[in-house]
Formats: sequence, C-alpha cells, structure tokens
Amino acid sequence: MAEQAIKADNALDDVWQKRSKVATPRARIWRRFRRHRAAMTSLIFLIIVAVLAIAAPLVAPNDPVKLYPGLTRHEPTSEHILGGDLAGRDVWSRLVYGGRVSLSVGIVAVSISVVIAIILGTLSGFYGGRVDMLIMRATDVMMTFPGLILIMTVVAVLGPSIYNVMAVIGLLGWTGMARLVRGQILSVREWDFVMAARCLGVPDRRIMLSHILPNALAPLLVAATFGVAGAILTEAGLSFLGFGVLPPTPSWGNMLIGAQSINTLEQYWWLWIPSGTAILLTVLAINFVGDGLRDALDPRMQIS
Amino acid sequence: MSQYLLRRILLIIPLLFGVTVMNYTIYALAPGDPVSAMIDPMEQRQMTPETLKEMREALGLNKPLPVRYALWLKEVLRGNLGYSIWRIRPVSEVIRTGIGNTIGLVTMALLLSTIGGLLLGIISALKPYSALDYALTGFAFAGVAMPGFFFALVLIYLVSLRLGLLPTGGIMTPELPPSVSDRLVHLILPGIALAYESMGGLMRYTRSSMLEVLGLEYVTTARAKGLPEWLVVGRHVFRNALLPVITILGLRLPSLFGGAVLIETVFNFPGIGLTMVDATKQRDYPLLMGGVLITATLILFSNLLADMAYAWADPRIRYD
Repeated sequence: MAEQAIKADNALDDVWQKRSKVATPRARIWRRFRRHRAAMTSLIFLIIVAVLAIAAPLVAPNDPVKLYPGLTRHEPTSEHILGGDLAGRDVWSRLVYGGRVSLSVGIVAVSISVVIAIILGTLSGFYGGRVDMLIMRATDVMMTFPGLILIMTVVAVLGPSIYNVMAVIGLLGWTGMARLVRGQILSVREWDFVMAARCLGVPDRRIMLSHILPNALAPLLVAATFGVAGAILTEAGLSFLGFGVLPPTPSWGNMLIGAQSINTLEQYWWLWIPSGTAILLTVLAINFVGDGLRDALDPRMQIS
Repeated sequence: MSQYLLRRILLIIPLLFGVTVMNYTIYALAPGDPVSAMIDPMEQRQMTPETLKEMREALGLNKPLPVRYALWLKEVLRGNLGYSIWRIRPVSEVIRTGIGNTIGLVTMALLLSTIGGLLLGIISALKPYSALDYALTGFAFAGVAMPGFFFALVLIYLVSLRLGLLPTGGIMTPELPPSVSDRLVHLILPGIALAYESMGGLMRYTRSSMLEVLGLEYVTTARAKGLPEWLVVGRHVFRNALLPVITILGLRLPSLFGGAVLIETVFNFPGIGLTMVDATKQRDYPLLMGGVLITATLILFSNLLADMAYAWADPRIRYD
C-alpha cells in the first residue's frame, strides 16, 4: 500500500516537471539575488576571503606558528607585511590561517545546529501534542541562558579546544532555528498538497521529508546564514577570553588577546586592527548575503 | 490582566525548574567533588579523610543523580549556592558584589540602545530609500556585525587614549571620593560598546515596523483630517510601531548579559561577567554554576517585565 502510494507520488512529480516550462525556482532566486547589490558585493568579498583561507600556504608563505627572532612587536616590513606579534610570529600569516579556523568553526558549528534544529523542529511541528510541548519548553529553557556565559561554562568543563568550541556552539545554538522550522511546518502542514499526499496514503516519513521539509527550508537557509555570522562572533569572543581556540593556533579572536594591554593598543596597531577588521568585514558580508537571500527567497516579492 | 499576570508568573516555575536541571547537568559533568564545593575550604583542611567520607555518605553522594539533584536544589532554595573555591567565600556573597555593577551596565546599554535605536529607526523610516536611510542602514548593519570587544577596544583607543576624554576602565577614579557622577562617567564607554550591537537590530526592527504602520489606512485618514505630519507620526504611527519593538527588547536581554562578559573584561569592570571569566580560569565550578543560575533567573524575570510592559502598552491585548 505504502509502496503504491510512493509510486503514485513520484509519478505526479514527473508529470509536474515535464509540464512546467517556467524557469526553475533556483534560477529565479539567483536572478533576484543578483539584483541585491550589497549582497553581490559581499558574496564576492566572501569568495575572496575563502580563497585566501584555502590557499593560505601560497598567499602567506611565512609559518603562522613559528617564532621569528627579532620580529617581536616589529612593525610591518616587505618581508612580513603586517609585522610581528608579541611573541614574534608573523601577523599576516596568522590572519590568513586564522581565517581558516574562524570560517570553519562558523560553518561546522552551524551545520550541527541546523541538523538538530531540523530534527527537533520537524518532530515538534509534525506531531504536535506532548512531543511539541516537551521540545518547545526545552527550547524556552535554553533561550533563557545568556549564550556566551553558557558556552563559556560548558567549555570550562570540557576544556578549551577548537573541536570543543565547534561542538558546543553547535549544540547550544539550535533553539531559534528549531522554532523557525516548527513554525514553517505548522503552516505548510495545512496546505492542500499535504492533504493530497495523505489521501494517497503516502507514509508520514515521506510526507515530512519530501513534501513538508523542502517547503520549510527557505527561511532556515536564511537563518543558517545569519547563524554562521553569529557563530564566528561567538568563537571570536570565546577565543579572545582565552576559552576558545588557544594560541599558538591562530584565530581572529585570539589574535586580539594582546590588545587588552593599553600599551599594545596605543603603539602597535598591526596587532589588533587587522584581525578585528577581518571579523567585522566577514560578519558584515555574511549578514548582507543573508539579507539578499531573504529578499530573493521571499515569495511575496515574486511579482516584481 | 491580573489573571494573565498570574498565569505568566506561574509559567516561570517550570522554566526555572528547567534552568536548574540544565545547570546541574553541566555541574555533574565537571570534575571534582561536591563535598569540597559545599564546605568552607579552611574548615575542610582540618578534617580527617574519615569525616569527609562520612559526610559524603550523609550528603548522599553515593545516591543516583536525580536524588543528588534534589538535595542540591534543596540547598539552593535555602540560599546556599556553595563555596567559591577560589575566593574562599560563599558563592552568594561573591555574586552579590558583582551583580549590581552588571545590572547598572546592562541598564545603561539598554537605555542607550533603545533611545538610539528608536530615534534612528524612525528617522530611517520617515525618509525611506533616501541617502540618509542607506547611511543609517549601513550603520545598523555594522553594529550587528561588530564584535563588541573589538568596538570596545576601538572606543578606548579613540576616546580615551587619543582624545583623553573618558577613563579606559574600572568603575571609579581611585583618587576621587566615590560619587554617582564619577560612576556614570565610567559607565559611558562600556555602555556604548555594549549598546551598539542591540541598537543595530533595534533600528532595523523600528524601521520596518514604522514602514508597515505608515502604510495602513488609518494613517491616511489621519492625514486626510489635516493633522500636521508630526502629530500623525508622533501620536498615531509611533505608538503602534512601538509594540513589536517592546517584545524585541525583552529578547535582547540574554545577549546583553552575554555581551557584558566581554565588555567587562575589556574595561576591567568588576561585574558578574568578569567574575565568571575569572571563575572559568580558576575552574571554580560552584561560582560558575551560581553565576549562570543567577543570570538566567534575572533574565526570566526581566522577560516577565517586558511581557507586562507589552500588555500595558497595547490595550487590545487582554490575554484571556
């Protein structure tokens, strides 16, 4: 019975795909996204940052961890274009390699959050009742804790390391997204095509995965984009406090640790301005891309 | 209204319960022993291992986790948050000294971000898609993207070091007699640093909320009556646009308390955040748990306050 229903379901999809001659949704979204000038500029900027991070050994030939004799607090030279830090390491190399760390922490952490949010949000929205109650109350409790303090505490228990930071930011960051998925599912669930699938006898799991979820994903994608920006900021804050990525491994946050002394702040700009600006610009660019995505995905703007 | 309030207050109880469960779970994961955490370390040094073992049994530390949680909760309800290992003082005492400073800082930031966010958001909405609107939008986006601690460093560099206008940190000038104005002066830079992020978000919300209300028909009616524009905006639009903003204010609190940790560190501001950072460095778990519990409780009650403000501001809402 279920197999027959799935067959019928697939057949309907085929019919739809053969008949429709309009542009695919993806092409339409891309066309709208391109019109958002800030988002396009930001996307290009992010691609450059990502390429720099991936090609780190080529663009920053100096070792980011090695202590160069005589480079301590040295101002920028042609050899070391952003000078040396307090321990005599090359700042430009640390900036480029730190980008690798910061970006990957952001992306991995949010991927963990997204998976949890999809699972819990879908269960909550699809089944409702007691399951929903339990999950949503747990979400309320999680949202009551000040994020950074809670993350700091858990990292203190587990010990600071780059993997713990990724895991903890990811494991504690799903609440807003889970609510979003739940809300989306609650509204999509009532649409006629879901009823049609039910009437065909399509099993729950398939209705959830191939009918409801795809329709709930657009806002999740936007939220996840903003989430990456937030995770990068959280990692930077944690590492700045000394509870995140620990030196000598470079991260944009821990490069600013030295700037806590007034002396460094006043005399050695290359020790704190580059990494702080890198965080600011990257997070700004990610937020603009998120904004552009939201505009492009919003069905209410389809007419224009 | 009073019925709604009662229900809302009762709803806090399961939330508080959840907060303690989660708090204890993290606590249980931490290495170390609750006996050493609950007793004054000075007294503990004079005890024999046998007495400590007896105490562990008396406290039920060989009992299963839920039972231990219940015992812990009983102590917390009596106001005993345990002993800070590093400060060698009861946790509640250590926290009490810092929490007032932090509340001052968060209030300052909340005030600055609310005033700034509302004002700039309204200006943006009154001239949408103008050059000014784009400039303010850029300013708001930068606020959301700016790491608070980096902004704090920039402020110290520019305002304190280059211009020499405000102190670089602390809560009072040691040479001066303690005064309210001196305290406020020390709150300005940390307040601005903490407020900027929230302000950016608030500006965006106010702007879109204003634009939505400005397009409603009753605004056209008000204009058609011949009301001057400032009255239309001030009396008719602003009030209704304010409503969603109040909810946002309540939701900003956890991130303000979280952000305060970083800002207090940069400004060496002796609040609960700085205490927590030190506690983390010293692996002082009882102090950490106490701090998390207190801030979470504080946020729960502030959210209740935000809800009450919302009910008070919107006469349409009766909540029953």
